[in-house]
Amino acid sequence: MTGHDSYRDRWFDREAGPVVRPYAVTKGRTLPSGEASFGLIDVVIATSERQPEFLRLGPEHRRILSLCRRPTPVVDLTSDIDLPLGVVRVLLGDLASEGMVRVLSTQKQPVTDERLLRMVLDGLESL
Amino acid sequence: MDLNHSDGAPSTAKILISGGFGVGKTTLVGTISEIRPLRTEEPMSDRSVGIDDTRGVRAKTTTTVAMDFGRISFPSGLVLYLFGTPGQERFWFMWDELSIGAIGAVVLADTRRAADCFAAIDYFERSGMPFIIAVNCFDGAPRFEPDDIRIALSLGPEVPIVLCDARQRDSVKQVLVSLVRYVMSGNRRRNQISMA
Repeated sequence: MTGHDSYRDRWFDREAGPVVRPYAVTKGRTLPSGEASFGLIDVVIATSERQPEFLRLGPEHRRILSLCRRPTPVVDLTSDIDLPLGVVRVLLGDLASEGMVRVLSTQKQPVTDERLLRMVLDGLESL
Repeated sequence: MDLNHSDGAPSTAKILISGGFGVGKTTLVGTISEIRPLRTEEPMSDRSVGIDDTRGVRAKTTTTVAMDFGRISFPSGLVLYLFGTPGQERFWFMWDELSIGAIGAVVLADTRRAADCFAAIDYFERSGMPFIIAVNCFDGAPRFEPDDIRIALSLGPEVPIVLCDARQRDSVKQVLVSLVRYVMSGNRRRNQISMA
């Protein structure tokens, strides 16, 4: 094996895997604080609420805020940010508790909204 | 869900794609939608504790489920998500999460291994989630009439059974259309009963 090959065999950056365990960014919390719940296809948006002085936001909080400047479904946010869903929920809970993020629409069960179903049907048929 | 267009928010809907291991769930999702990765690192629930053997790894309190989902954006502002349900039994706890707010489910079946989809049928029957059966017609697999399949799966007369090819876009589209029509007709029936 040449020196070049052994260099290539090493893992760097993202390929080396996570440096911290997933829930370290939430300081070990696995459930969101506050009242809000974040379903997979619920749509969230950042509000214009300023960050309270006592609140210290981590870089992941800031990434979430920047990604939800436009209304964004939780599942897309999670996929874009490449953090586990449970972690994203905790971070969203932090932001929602301070009014910096709000949930625009939530899922209900069962889905009986005729207008939504009609939109889905029309959309599929037009494919 | 509420439709809220005041902020330019997309309307979102979700359909579950279920069935046994290797029946073509990922193929079906990929045939009709853009596939995106989803990482979950879930705190272990009561349901997964005991299934995940944690002896010797006492500190392990989360379990990782890597999964994909499909996403179809429509010009109307609607985004439809297709979620394949994880096949392994240790991930059952994810099914409850995925089911919330779903329009309904497609249970993919393979006639060579019909029993593989029993668990999914049981789950959706118990939870009251509307579902249809889509028989993925693999090359070389024996063809059966839907009525025979209905008997084999002991399904009620109301559950639609469609034959499909998970690799063909038009075929997958028809499967999804069948499900949505079935859900709409079910809602209408319930409304009539409650008004009567």
